[in-house]
Amino acid sequence: MVPDSRAVKKTSGKRKLAVWKFASCDGCQLSLLDCEDELLALAGEMEIAYFMEASSHQVEGPYDLSLVEGSITTARDKRRIQQVRAQSRVLVTIGACATAGGIQALRNFSDVEEFTSVVYAHPEYIATLKTSTPVSAHVAVDFELQGCPINKHQLLEVISAFLHRRPPQVPAHSVCVECKIRGNVCVWVADGIPCMGPVTHAGCGALCPGYSRGCYGCYGPKENTNTASLCHWWKKELGADQATIVENLRNYNAAAPVFARESRRQERPDGEK
Amino acid sequence: MAKSKTIKVDYLARVEGEGALYIRYDDGGVRDVKLKIFEPPRFFEGFMRGRDYLEAPDITARICGICPVAYQMSALHAMEHALGLTPTAELRDLRRLIYCGEWIESHALHIFMLHAPDFLGYDNAVAMAKDHPAIVQDGLEIKKAGNAIVSLIGGREVHPINVRVGGFYRVPTVEELGPLREQLLKARDMAVQTAHWAASLTFPRFERPATDPYEFVALSHPREYPMNEGRIVSTRGLNIPVEEYETHFREEHIDYSNALHSVLVERGAYLVGPMARYNLNYEHLSPLVQQTAEVIGFPPFCANPFQSIVVRSLEVLYAFDEALRIIDSYRRPEQPYLATDPRESSGCAATEAPRGLLYHRYDINDRGKITDARIVAPTSQNQKSIEDDLRHLLPKFLDLPENRLQARCEQAIRNYDPCISCSTHFLQLHLEHDEGRGGAGI
Repeated sequence: MVPDSRAVKKTSGKRKLAVWKFASCDGCQLSLLDCEDELLALAGEMEIAYFMEASSHQVEGPYDLSLVEGSITTARDKRRIQQVRAQSRVLVTIGACATAGGIQALRNFSDVEEFTSVVYAHPEYIATLKTSTPVSAHVAVDFELQGCPINKHQLLEVISAFLHRRPPQVPAHSVCVECKIRGNVCVWVADGIPCMGPVTHAGCGALCPGYSRGCYGCYGPKENTNTASLCHWWKKELGADQATIVENLRNYNAAAPVFARESRRQERPDGEK
Repeated sequence: MAKSKTIKVDYLARVEGEGALYIRYDDGGVRDVKLKIFEPPRFFEGFMRGRDYLEAPDITARICGICPVAYQMSALHAMEHALGLTPTAELRDLRRLIYCGEWIESHALHIFMLHAPDFLGYDNAVAMAKDHPAIVQDGLEIKKAGNAIVSLIGGREVHPINVRVGGFYRVPTVEELGPLREQLLKARDMAVQTAHWAASLTFPRFERPATDPYEFVALSHPREYPMNEGRIVSTRGLNIPVEEYETHFREEHIDYSNALHSVLVERGAYLVGPMARYNLNYEHLSPLVQQTAEVIGFPPFCANPFQSIVVRSLEVLYAFDEALRIIDSYRRPEQPYLATDPRESSGCAATEAPRGLLYHRYDINDRGKITDARIVAPTSQNQKSIEDDLRHLLPKFLDLPENRLQARCEQAIRNYDPCISCSTHFLQLHLEHDEGRGGAGI
């Protein structure tokens, strides 16, 4: 995150925070309001200038820090994200929708024929794009915070890093590392449960394995994944079927490039080749 | 001819999701009211097809970050209905416990951060905190306690990971519930104070005319305040099992909204949510809640939607009381979940989301893949009532200056705590071309 990388002028006085919503469930912006112990302190540090869900008073841009939730799914939102970028000094995407297209990016994989064969009441009333895309497909993004939903403590870390002009400490390693830190018994090794942990970005604190459940990848891919190898071992060692593998690659971060590529490869009749 | 005026709000603040308001009126009354929902649809019912039945609670949770537990509960009850499973009493209690957590956090968010600023004349809770620090701080503590329940039982506040068809992936130990109990005891005292404070607010005088009363619709259970189970009843005599929901309720698609409008086939508009639950189930509220209602002088039937903030505060108090009852009688289930074995079947369920009745139906095949899904969210069901309220309300407040009239209309919408993110996700995708128009239907 390089706070002065944009042509947008720094505002005088308290720095201005904006929170923007695109196609999403509101859960990531809610994470900000879920910071019950820190919210008022944050409001003391920054001016919450634009946050439709929380306030009926909006301050005009430019904004020093824009948090963007949601993916781009309409022509209107394609234009709107350009406007958001133009008035934001630093733009951070929060969550799987803004960072990877979200669950609604499942449409990107759909068989068009199958969808159109269904009878609709009034298809002409709805305007939507064929794909759901991350914010980075449209504008430059300064930092991406992964997760469905994001971890509120990481969100505070990102905001704090911005305020102190330092890089955010958000580790890019895997959920496996978090499991080791937490002292979880490995659900794959001990119980033979398929787990996405080896390829999934840290941040949740290895929640699912802590609850005797395999990770389902809601934080999206970590850096340098070997997803093909994971799928190979899921099949060979755990007997996972193709449907389970594709379902786990193709959920909340379906359009993240490494997951999308591997799920398409797994779907081919010749499987892993 | 009277000159026509309009109230236009392009983007409603302090509601969840993206909606707009358009009202055209003149001296003769209101000519047109549109609650326009422009939040982009996300087509959950479309892409649920082909997914595994065990994924339904996790996927549908993503419809709404404010009330994910409600989606998880309706989804897993529908799946268990399809598979003929009945959860044990202990598992049933744990589900009620996590639901209490969500009611608390969702209601607290609305009471203190979205709705209270309307009554006290602020733009947001942060501004309100400068003059009313104790209220906002108590509100945050209450919300935090609700989130603590969801986090402990579900793993995290937003999109919990521990809810499973058949039960839970892991059930908490008695010891783990100990610290939570202490936190809830303190927060329950604050909830009593909140009810007193909410009742002391000044409410705009508003009731529906006798010719167009509300029809309140909620679940009703013989022994308890409804959350996960019950028959669907109304104040105008409806009394049906959940299986008959689709015979009595219908969704209409209208041109100005990305959400479907739900109507009762026989009578049209109806209202779900805290007021409906309260009015239809007052006798099942705990003694503490009933006593508190009496002390603050709040009647067992509430017909002024501006007072829904009091009803929410009483439901928060109930949820604390109920959560403590469950914790005090908790015995750890022997098995975290009942074994599930998919077969070709169909099932439905309705539960009480914080904002009201939430209906799910699924068809699954013999491999456990979903072949059809139908979801009706509370806000889809309330849209018509919200518009009707505005129609009745505006003529009563025409003496207000225009900016205050507009604010009053926005407050009337917030009475319902509308969740627009929820309401738009029930349309299936119809693809044409890149920049083109998609489609919708049931």
